[in-house]
Amino acid sequence: MNYLNETIDSLHKKLADKELTSKELTDQTLNGMKDKEKDISAFITVNDDAVKDAEKVDNDGIKGSLSGIPIAIKDNIVSNGIKTTAASKILYNFMPVYSATVLEKLEAAGAINIGKTNMDEFAMGSSTETSYFGDTHNPWNLDTVPGGSSGGSAAAVASGEVIAALGTDTGGSIRQPASFNGIFGIKPTYGRVSRWGVIAFASSLDQVGVMSKRVEDSATVLSAIAGHDEHDSTSSEKEVPDYRANLSKDMTGVRIAVPKEFWHEGTNPEVIAQVNKALETYKKLGATVDEVSLPALKHAVEVYYVLASSEASSNLQRYDGVRYGFRAKDVKNIKDLFVNSRSEGFGTEVKRRIMLGTFALSAGAYDAYFKKAAQVRTLFIEEMNKVLEDHDFIMGPSTTSTAFKIGDKIDDPLAMYMNDILTIPANLAGLPAASVPAGLADGMPVGLQIMARPFNEQAIFNAAYALQEENKFYEQIPTALKGED
Amino acid sequence: MISKDEILHVAELANLKLKDDEVDSFVSQLGKIVDMESNLASVDTDGVEPTYNMGDTSTTFREDKGIHTQTREQMFENVPESEDNLIKVPTIVAKEEDE
Repeated sequence: MNYLNETIDSLHKKLADKELTSKELTDQTLNGMKDKEKDISAFITVNDDAVKDAEKVDNDGIKGSLSGIPIAIKDNIVSNGIKTTAASKILYNFMPVYSATVLEKLEAAGAINIGKTNMDEFAMGSSTETSYFGDTHNPWNLDTVPGGSSGGSAAAVASGEVIAALGTDTGGSIRQPASFNGIFGIKPTYGRVSRWGVIAFASSLDQVGVMSKRVEDSATVLSAIAGHDEHDSTSSEKEVPDYRANLSKDMTGVRIAVPKEFWHEGTNPEVIAQVNKALETYKKLGATVDEVSLPALKHAVEVYYVLASSEASSNLQRYDGVRYGFRAKDVKNIKDLFVNSRSEGFGTEVKRRIMLGTFALSAGAYDAYFKKAAQVRTLFIEEMNKVLEDHDFIMGPSTTSTAFKIGDKIDDPLAMYMNDILTIPANLAGLPAASVPAGLADGMPVGLQIMARPFNEQAIFNAAYALQEENKFYEQIPTALKGED
Repeated sequence: MISKDEILHVAELANLKLKDDEVDSFVSQLGKIVDMESNLASVDTDGVEPTYNMGDTSTTFREDKGIHTQTREQMFENVPESEDNLIKVPTIVAKEEDE
């Protein structure tokens, strides 16, 4: 199966009209994956029971729009009976005994979990290179990274292995890989989607979202996974709209804010040119574009790496080799068991974040780093909300460059962290944000980032859809896949 | 700047044992990262409340009622070593002669 020219609607029609069974579709998906995975390596684990799951859906009858459709799941979302690793050695053998709420909801809608996608270890990274299970390759150029941390999900969608995938986004982990792979990806408002069963990284920032080639497909999937969950007290009780049914590309009178700090000198001019072109499209469609300023943006990376690492150092204390996962051998006592299991089980980037977070929370550093960062976060949230009082959107580039070469930044943590400067703001402020393809720069995809007011995912889908219907980027076939079909 | 002693102290707090080359690279890399973080000091935050939590929910309550989820057997499926239905770990309190 090659999903590049399909949509959830087109697949649903074939399934509902009995042109195709879910079993056939799932078989074809697995065959397509076998072919493409040689180049892409987007998956850590393929679901061996996917065909059986599809047969069950066929027997029950095709119902809603996701019924019978295979979807890929990032490997930090736990799946009952299917290995879930967060791309870490410390969870290399972890077999969940329950499923995350988002997966239960997808399965209740009839979707098939086709497999678990590669990612940066514990979602810490921007290139998928920190995975214990090896690199994933960008289908636009196999020598470049797919971005991260949801790099496997992004590459699986961009290469047409699947129609849609779930990802998670703590500082840009859905939007940056979406941008690098020329697909759409949305990080919903903090609290829009339950995180029960999602392996925690930074709990005041983490959110589950969706990636797909077409905007309307993410709209369908987000409606299915969003909503309150009694297992996650941070999940909102606000009603979930039918984003797909409510899609509108009317941009008349819409007010767009562009922070001048997003156009900073470090950003590739070709990227800026594509983003400016997208903004011109919105003007043509009747929107106004105003330049604004977010002075606290220059501290966003600093705030993020203190807070995210501090929360991570706390969340990752649970990995101690006692109850699950990797356990170090030949230890004398319980302390050695903890220390050796963690030291042998975590990769370098994860250790670096745990060290930074432990430092920022330690006596003597707490006020100057952790508390200070939390205060600057407040200022930052106020700045963003002020802009959104009289604008519908904040827009800018999703990333400062297109996908970089595998190996280029992995030894320079600060350069890697600076990748996130444009995506971090939405996480710090809890805002919904998406990346939608804007065009190509030197043959590689560029994403436009769209942020909106809390719980206004509909507005983001609408704006992204309006751009998609103008530039029809989805017609582009990733370079490395050309000549295959 | 961050010293080698600080790195070793933080590693101890984090239950991590670093190899010699890891210590050296963390001294240099975390030093640079902490230097970057020190830019935060230039922001005036007098009287600003810190944001530690997000979301629109305050404390939520539910009825204090047990809910049956996984069985003991299921919970043991991932335990690396067990004996008599208990998790097995090495010595917690050392005998005197081991000290």
